[in-house]
Amino acid sequence: MSTPTTHFSPLARALHWLMALMVIAMLFIGAGMVASVSERHEWLLNLHKPLGIAILALVIVRLIVRLTTRTPALPADLPAVQVLAAKLSHSLLYALMLAMPLIGWAMISAAGDPVMLSSSVRLPSIVAAHAETFAFLRKAHRYLAYLFFLTILAHLAAALFHGWVRRDEVLDSMLRGKTRG
Amino acid sequence: MIDREPPYPRKPPLSTPQKLVRLAGIGLVVLVAAGAFAYVNGSLDPQRLTPARVVDVFEHNNGIHPGYRRNHPKGICVAGYFESNGAAANLSKAQVFASGKTPVIGRLASPTGNPYSPDSAAPIRSFAVQFTQANGQQWRSGMNSMPVFPVGTPEAFVDLQKATAPDPKTGKPDPAKPPAFFAAHPEAQPFLAWVKTAKPSASFVTETYNSINAFVLVDGQGRRQAVRWSLVPEAKGDAPAPDAKDYLQQDLSDKLASGPQRWSLVLTLANAQDPTNDASKVWAGEHKTVNAGTLVVESDSAQLDGNCRDINYDPLVLPSGIEGSDDPLLAARSAAYASSYMRRTSEVDQLKATPAQEKQP
Repeated sequence: MSTPTTHFSPLARALHWLMALMVIAMLFIGAGMVASVSERHEWLLNLHKPLGIAILALVIVRLIVRLTTRTPALPADLPAVQVLAAKLSHSLLYALMLAMPLIGWAMISAAGDPVMLSSSVRLPSIVAAHAETFAFLRKAHRYLAYLFFLTILAHLAAALFHGWVRRDEVLDSMLRGKTRG
Repeated sequence: MIDREPPYPRKPPLSTPQKLVRLAGIGLVVLVAAGAFAYVNGSLDPQRLTPARVVDVFEHNNGIHPGYRRNHPKGICVAGYFESNGAAANLSKAQVFASGKTPVIGRLASPTGNPYSPDSAAPIRSFAVQFTQANGQQWRSGMNSMPVFPVGTPEAFVDLQKATAPDPKTGKPDPAKPPAFFAAHPEAQPFLAWVKTAKPSASFVTETYNSINAFVLVDGQGRRQAVRWSLVPEAKGDAPAPDAKDYLQQDLSDKLASGPQRWSLVLTLANAQDPTNDASKVWAGEHKTVNAGTLVVESDSAQLDGNCRDINYDPLVLPSGIEGSDDPLLAARSAAYASSYMRRTSEVDQLKATPAQEKQP
């Protein structure tokens, strides 16, 4: 068995920060476009769909990286309830990164709309056109987006709590490759 | 790797005031992030015109008819095909304009907000069409029988709806409000001049349906041409509408029983000075037109179980080769239709439970 690592691998860190940027942008794009009747609605929507598919592709890579590389252990003195919260929230974040693009894709399919990523790139439908299915998926897309945003806020608050209050190695393990001197 | 082995040397503990300051810092970061999200999604701005608020205005004026479209809810599904003659293929690379047939699912409707309105309630008819190309791309277009739209912006459109809202006391619109609206909106004059002469038609099949909004055709070399389009009927006739509540559906069935009904798809090419961003303005004077082919309607079916029911005729569902113009109404229609579609698809079960009131005398 190799020695335990104290930092996420460079690839894992790169994926984390790239996807953090993309997912947060995506949540703001989604919230902004459904609240707009201006041309903004159209260009945000045209950004939202290809970005969602890019996130879907990246999260698959990321899950593979996560399952095949060593990840640093949580601090040994972390209270059990915080360990549980960390594990559950991480699982939830992965689940949402995977589910949200799929729900978006399925929802457009269920509406019977062509799934257009640009003016000419079309993805196949993954669900048969069906009004009730659309309505369910559309609502799920909205409520899970709020859950996603709240989970990210909790994740952000917890990361800062580790870095600023507990002052342990957790935040550092995602920020850089080596422990600071 | 020269990572140090855990456990790490702990940093000295923080004093209680230090801890509180840092916790407050975390709280501030979270608050700023949540605030930014609330700003973007419109929660902090009750005046912002959102798709939901546009649809709310329709629901306020017309009441809620669960499962039905929030505007133009009274309609009939039709099916057929578009036979392109290839004449527009040099203007647009869209497959639909290459010579040949493209299947069509359409919907003919009345422009009121109530699915039980009398057919003569308004002198306007609408025709929404979905073309499904062989490559899976679609072209959806919602057309109306008026030549221009009353106003040019979504804000003015919502104000117009509000000016004709029923007064809660009388159940009727305040008679002072529409004149006040039109006095403040001189852009509505072309529409008002047209509507004065318009009469409810006795049939859907004798009407011309216009895109009203401008679009942009893009050819294989990327050249762009702004257009408006119309479906011009083969059937002629200006018989007065019968003195009955419902006659359009029966008329359509009768006409289809005698044979398919046809419209020419005519593209009107914008001249350099024509506004593409204002659907309230007529494109006046000489214009080049292109007859792109024939839309053939072969059959009809009731909308509650017809295959047009679950189609959102979003005018910005377009194939490669057709693009939206800078008309602000297009994005607003697309956004508001999406909101209406979400609401009505959530209520589909209530459609089946509702008695078919349209069949009542």
